[in-house]
Amino acid sequence: MNRINTIKGNVWTFGDNVDTDLIIPARYINVSEPSELARTCFIDIMPEFSSNVSPGDVLVAGRNFGCGSSREHAPLAIRESGIRVIIAKSFARIFYRNAFNIGLPLLESAEAADLLKSGDRVLVDLAAGRIERLETGKVFSARPIPDFMQTLIKDGGLVAHIRKRTKLGR
Amino acid sequence: MTKGPVLYQKLETRNDSGFVMPMTITEKILALHSGRESVSPGDLIEANVDIALAHDVTGPIAIKMFHETGVPKVFDRKKVVLVADHFVPNKDIASAQQVKALREFAREQNLEFYFEGGEAGICHVILPEKGLVAPGQVIIGADSHTCTYGALGAFSTGVGSTDLAAVLATGEIWLKVPPTIQVTYTGARGPWVCGKDLILKTIGILGVDGAHYAALEYTGDAVKGMPMYQRFSMANMAIEAGAKNGIIEADKTTLNWLDGRLKSEPLILRSDPDARYEKCLTIDIGELEPQIAFPPSPANVRPLSACGNIPLDQVFIGSCTNGQIEDLRDAAAILKGKKTARGVRLIVIPGSPWIYGKAIEEGIIQIFLDAGAVIGPPCCGPCLGGHMGILAEGERAVSTTNRNFIGRMGHPKSEVYLANPHVAAASAVLGRIAGPDELR
Repeated sequence: MNRINTIKGNVWTFGDNVDTDLIIPARYINVSEPSELARTCFIDIMPEFSSNVSPGDVLVAGRNFGCGSSREHAPLAIRESGIRVIIAKSFARIFYRNAFNIGLPLLESAEAADLLKSGDRVLVDLAAGRIERLETGKVFSARPIPDFMQTLIKDGGLVAHIRKRTKLGR
Repeated sequence: MTKGPVLYQKLETRNDSGFVMPMTITEKILALHSGRESVSPGDLIEANVDIALAHDVTGPIAIKMFHETGVPKVFDRKKVVLVADHFVPNKDIASAQQVKALREFAREQNLEFYFEGGEAGICHVILPEKGLVAPGQVIIGADSHTCTYGALGAFSTGVGSTDLAAVLATGEIWLKVPPTIQVTYTGARGPWVCGKDLILKTIGILGVDGAHYAALEYTGDAVKGMPMYQRFSMANMAIEAGAKNGIIEADKTTLNWLDGRLKSEPLILRSDPDARYEKCLTIDIGELEPQIAFPPSPANVRPLSACGNIPLDQVFIGSCTNGQIEDLRDAAAILKGKKTARGVRLIVIPGSPWIYGKAIEEGIIQIFLDAGAVIGPPCCGPCLGGHMGILAEGERAVSTTNRNFIGRMGHPKSEVYLANPHVAAASAVLGRIAGPDELR
């Protein structure tokens, strides 16, 4: 868990209601290999994203991020692009589950979503829900990650959680 | 096969008063499936799953993740349903590989219900048609429109592939019990107004996240008097308001529709009069016109009369929202003896092979062909911009589907307008967004 606890990177901002078709259009989900999915991430709204994003970068968005389809290709494409955390005002329900299930943490902070700009550098402490804009030292706090989701992250995603649970024989 | 009268008797003698506190239908189903006397919104539960569903897009990742759990066999070979419906008949090599993965898993696990080729159609049409989903069940599908089965009085919701893999391995799913938003529809539906218009109006009022994480419970006389195919449209689009599930109390209409199809016993549950709702909304539909959702959001809804002149390049009739036989009948009644406007491509895709056959038998397919339509094989087709009717840059389509996001049906600079089948048919004839009254 410590490995992903602290994240330092550049901010990429998006607006409200970014749907899964914008994250990855259906014409690119006839494959499921994450590295291939990453190549077409945000291709219709931000074609430069996939070639300019760096490992450790942070995605910041408005309300209802990830609405629409249940395609796990969407969080997979984002995770595989190098994004380590998404901060938004709110997340669509299925996307929220999918992201934690595949080990992509999400934070909810309306203030950070309003004030952070593309290109800002931030330091994010997941466990503390603390987001710091490095240039100014301004700190935003996020809603704490629910206990169950923290367990999922600690176990390394849902599959590892299940593996652990079934091994214990419950 | 269970007969109608038996089911009807069950409805009359049902007893769901055994609960310790007032609950909504959604809460009752979740309590029964998690072995609790009661549940409240916000409770984290592990629910037993009656049916787990995946298709050719979400299935391959679910299968890979299932194998990673180390569990050798799915929880129940008769409760896992796989349907190849998105990119079939296989549109390219990559899609063919996806379907192959689905097929091989079905064979490896000896699954009872695997649908492909001439047996397959749109999963959300196939499952109810084959009697695989019943009132009172918990259905978890790796597809966001899994909420469709709420029309039968079931709890059904969409998840991603990894969640589904966990269900395949354990037969259970962790869920947060949703609060319920009750929407009551009063008044009588006007001509050309369908369940599709009621749900579009509702999404317009609530917004795309207005039912965030909640159960949407549809009730009122307008719903109680509504045929099943229109109830399916309403439950289907609950996700477009951000809801976890959409649900309608099962009644005589439900049981009559299920008669001769259902493979398991229905469990009829009703919301208690003193159940707690997060919000109650009443919508009078007496004056409601057909609704059109303008791009790029299902919540961007206008009444038909306020649409103005919007010329079209394509009209699509089909999908899990409006691909039932009655939807095709509605469209055919308007298209009979008419031609699509010059320059407009009309594409019709029946939701299942049974519907396709029925439409041939009733002469509906001939009406479509005479009107100049292209008939596609049962599949999701152009709804998600997969294949069989992709839009070019700058093109506009009216579609009976559920989403009009940017690039949903093709080029990011194409536009999708959501409508009911009556409006779609009339629009195809007139070459612009229009209602059937303009054809007279």
